[in-house]
Amino acid sequence: MTHPLLSIQGVTKAYPGVVANDTVSFDIQPGEVHALLGENGAGKSTLVKMIYGLVKPDAGRMELHAAPYEPASPHAARNSGIAMVFQHFSLFEALNVAENVALGMEDPPPMATLAERIREVSETYGLPLDPARLVGDLSAGERQRVEIIRCLLQDPNLLIMDEPTSVLTPQEVDILFETLKKLSAEGTAILYISHKLEEIRTLCDAATVLRLGKVVGACNPREKSARELAEMMVGQLLHTPDKGAKETGDVALAVKDLSVASQNPFGTALKDISFEVRRGEVLGIGGVAGNGQDDLLAALSGEMITPAETVRLGHQPVGALGPNDRRRLGILCAPEERLGHAAAPDMSLTENALLTGAIRESLSKNGFLDWARTRGFAETIIEKFDVRTPGPTHAARSLSGGNLQKFVIGREILQRPEVLVVNQPTWGVDAAAAASIRQALLDLATDGAAIIVISQDLDELMEVADRFAALNEGRLSEPRPTQGLTIDEIGLMMGGAHGMEVAHVA
Amino acid sequence: MDLSSINPVLLLAALMVASTPILLAAIGELVAEKAGVLNLGVEGMMIIGAICGFAVAVETGNPYLGYIGAAIGGAALSLIFAFLTQYLLSNQVATGLALTLFGLGFSALIGQSYSGIKPPQINDLNIPLLADIPFVGPVLFQHDIMVYFAILLVAVVAYMLTRTRAGLILRAVGESHDAAHALGYKVVLIRVAAIAFGGACAGLGGAYLSLVRVPQWTEGMTAGAGWIALAIVVFASWKPWRVLLGAYLFGGITVLQLNLQAAGVKIPVEYLSMSPYLITILVLVIMSADRGRASLNAPAALGKSFHAAS
Amino acid sequence: MIRLEKRPEPSQNWALATPVLAVLATMVAGGIMFALLGKDPVEAIRTIFWDPLFHPDFAAFSRPQLLVKAGPLILIAIGLSLGFRAGVWNIGAEGQYIIGALCGAGVGLAFYPLEAFWIFPMMVIAGALGGWAWAMIPGILKTRFNTNEILVSLLLVYVAEQLMASMAVGLLRNPEGSGFPGSRNLQQYASAANNELIAGTGMHWGVVAALIAVIFAYILLNRHIMGFNIRLAGQAPRAAKFSGVKPARLILFCLGVSGALAGMAGLFEVAGPAGQITIDFNVGYGFTAIIVAFLGRLHPVGILLAGLLMALTYIGGELAQFMLGLPAAAIQAFQGMLLFFLLAGDVLTNFRIRLGRAEVA
Repeated sequence: MTHPLLSIQGVTKAYPGVVANDTVSFDIQPGEVHALLGENGAGKSTLVKMIYGLVKPDAGRMELHAAPYEPASPHAARNSGIAMVFQHFSLFEALNVAENVALGMEDPPPMATLAERIREVSETYGLPLDPARLVGDLSAGERQRVEIIRCLLQDPNLLIMDEPTSVLTPQEVDILFETLKKLSAEGTAILYISHKLEEIRTLCDAATVLRLGKVVGACNPREKSARELAEMMVGQLLHTPDKGAKETGDVALAVKDLSVASQNPFGTALKDISFEVRRGEVLGIGGVAGNGQDDLLAALSGEMITPAETVRLGHQPVGALGPNDRRRLGILCAPEERLGHAAAPDMSLTENALLTGAIRESLSKNGFLDWARTRGFAETIIEKFDVRTPGPTHAARSLSGGNLQKFVIGREILQRPEVLVVNQPTWGVDAAAAASIRQALLDLATDGAAIIVISQDLDELMEVADRFAALNEGRLSEPRPTQGLTIDEIGLMMGGAHGMEVAHVA
Repeated sequence: MDLSSINPVLLLAALMVASTPILLAAIGELVAEKAGVLNLGVEGMMIIGAICGFAVAVETGNPYLGYIGAAIGGAALSLIFAFLTQYLLSNQVATGLALTLFGLGFSALIGQSYSGIKPPQINDLNIPLLADIPFVGPVLFQHDIMVYFAILLVAVVAYMLTRTRAGLILRAVGESHDAAHALGYKVVLIRVAAIAFGGACAGLGGAYLSLVRVPQWTEGMTAGAGWIALAIVVFASWKPWRVLLGAYLFGGITVLQLNLQAAGVKIPVEYLSMSPYLITILVLVIMSADRGRASLNAPAALGKSFHAAS
Repeated sequence: MIRLEKRPEPSQNWALATPVLAVLATMVAGGIMFALLGKDPVEAIRTIFWDPLFHPDFAAFSRPQLLVKAGPLILIAIGLSLGFRAGVWNIGAEGQYIIGALCGAGVGLAFYPLEAFWIFPMMVIAGALGGWAWAMIPGILKTRFNTNEILVSLLLVYVAEQLMASMAVGLLRNPEGSGFPGSRNLQQYASAANNELIAGTGMHWGVVAALIAVIFAYILLNRHIMGFNIRLAGQAPRAAKFSGVKPARLILFCLGVSGALAGMAGLFEVAGPAGQITIDFNVGYGFTAIIVAFLGRLHPVGILLAGLLMALTYIGGELAQFMLGLPAAAIQAFQGMLLFFLLAGDVLTNFRIRLGRAEVA
């Protein structure tokens, strides 16, 4: 009789105020590609952290090859043949590829040998990589290759992959899947964490579905429809946003020949970006992480100043204006990073309402603040956008990701923008909140605002955007209507396979 | 004024001695900063080292035991900083300042009964043969052992940081504590060790001041040497060999201005005395004005607190 | 095993309680330190904290000293606290204090022996400008060349000390001082003297300025967009930039205000309690003010209280030196210890302490 490779039995882990995993049980067979499916906050990350020895379960047990498995640290996990590719990369930007690989290995060979082996493995698996390059200079896709190669060099029995495709173009995803299938054929089991249903249906042999920390189902994903999987995952029927019938008006915002160096040393310079967005229109900007999204937002918000003519609101050049002057004219933004960029974590929601609302909501007079009015504005946001919080005096960081994002987006929408720019509006947000945020963006467009949605979630862009363009190494493709756009065309706009090749393993 | 009274051999020899305290403190701080810890308490740890070393040397009559005492004293003080910043997650800038203020006061307290005493003498090594080479001999090969120890320490740190796994892990922790933690490295322990090493080195530097360079104990005798050590780490772009260069540059200016004072140059003494500080500022400006890739040597997680979220 | 758990939001109660706890812990630890020095700890603590205010023989002399010492501490700490909140670390207030005193005294002495009502206000302005200009050096270097303001402001203290030494024996030396270093005594020059305003209280113009600064800082931080921007920049620099704050302007503002206030404090001191520029004119107010700022939680009212407390330890320290033979340095160590306990206590504001099983990793 054969044992499962890894058996999770009744594992429980509680944090103050939340049970992240509640008596979770499932088995992973050798060579199996096993999906762990669940929404943001369902407890997937906590579970894999326990398997990788980063977190210790409160109760329950794990067995590896039918023997008790209690990793005290990631070192122990790696010694037991378990490797992990992190979602937020566990990489060091100022170190080179070989050094990064060495740090993730238990017994790395001398640097010269290691560099040779990195070349070999990267060749074999079609993941080209130069061991001497600084990781900070690599694209998101290349960084992921570093993580994967680091794992492969240790010949793992189980490879954990946390949301690996969120940083890849569709073409790159196809190639990654080929690599994973080869690995699985060689006997390596893969625990594949995702909330992308179609991917799981094409790749995985088995799936365990988590909801609010509990296992709510196990199935063969190939036998289920994406809709059935979604309902298991979310536990309710999802409301798909309606795109109201609308007419697009005049050009609201025009960017022309925008080229600017990045603000941070490892960032991406923007090169010759030109596009227009009209009133009532939603322009979707896709692209893999790290291709200039943050810098594009900074150039539109006014955090980064550019020659005046490069950005125009209607006919008025605004490129040389700072954030407050642009707000006054009606260009509002919601950056990707909620805590620390869009909102100040330790400040109250009232103070965070002031952060961008001071001008358009007249919250200050001659520099003196009207706290009563500010509080009122915060309360309006909380009410209109269904932000779950006991009140506006609470700190931003006490809110869940979805609630804080609703607050941030609501804060901008309620200021009646002429142009709204959002970056990753539903990243890390639960499905219900994501749906309501998308609906709010569409409603705003229906009311005549021009909207730019920068996102790495292609499904989201297809859902909300009228036209689509992609950022690739700081360049923006020609925007095209989303209607009728195929996934292949989108992938090519995003830069195709970026030199990746199908694995050479037989 | 008589510039010819300045003897270049003595000047260069004195330069090596004058740079040693800052060199020791700076190389220790470099290791701490490479691990991502900004300890502004160097001045406090140096002065504690100065009095601990002096007291132990006087009590035991053995200057070498004095150095050991100084290293322990400096490390012990740095552990207060380590405990506050690494376990209680206090602000590193504020805690470093507290360390300096406390060190200055506490050293004066310990040192009350040691004013005006001469410490036991440390002999120069006079390395055979080499010491007899004209010019080069007196400049390079007729110093006490700590001068050579400091240089050796720079070499060891340089080797450790660039060529060993321990050094790689240290740099990784300073680059991104979250990633290092995710890979299973004990961020807090590594940082505590780096802080203690920095404290021990600063202690040695302080003891060199009170045992050799001055040599006696006076309150506040470090006179900003700790701050200059901090500046030299920035000047060196976190590279060990450039710390040596920076320390010699500063030592050279100090010695030169002292010689100029002695030679009776027509610049008021006070202006000569402030010149090392002014030149340190100037050098800092030149180094930090370069925002190119060279400045990327600064550890990315420098000064940030680490708390494992899960 | 003890572990820390981040609170969802900072605890207001602990933020208020930690300074009190820190003072108590310092009394205990200080008591142990005094016991080790062979002094009766209870008596030492009483001498430091109680006798300056209530001792039948000394209180009459030492009570006014409270305001004399608290004035400059509060004035400097208020300025520093703005910068510390914004993440701008001016630790060279001692230097700005010295330059303020030099400039202010210089203006006063330039008019000697003219008597006119406008001389003293001119001196105050000159003092503030001097401190401001000295603080602008790290400010401009920071904004133009990205140079670390901590190191520059601190190194400039040593430069300022040398400059003062040169002035005391050169430009500002009292021509009638029979060759001794040190300037004329401004106390003996009516138009330039910063005299006690109400006899027996220690209240002088510097104390008045400190109180005004407290009120202004309170309004700035709580009612004005500038104060909001200062807090925002300190807590979330990226959010501040997004909000429209210009970092360079904020840095120059914080350094400028703290420099000007430190410079004013220097002027009030040299024209009042100190009386003249001497080589050892500065006694470390600029550094102690850092402790005052933190002890007062960077809050104007807190700084007011912390300044009074720290002044008390100064006077009590002198008293203990005189009555118990406690070394002068002991009080400095005592103040440093207070800052340690305060920083350690801060953990309670942001974290819960949990007793329980250890986490892996």
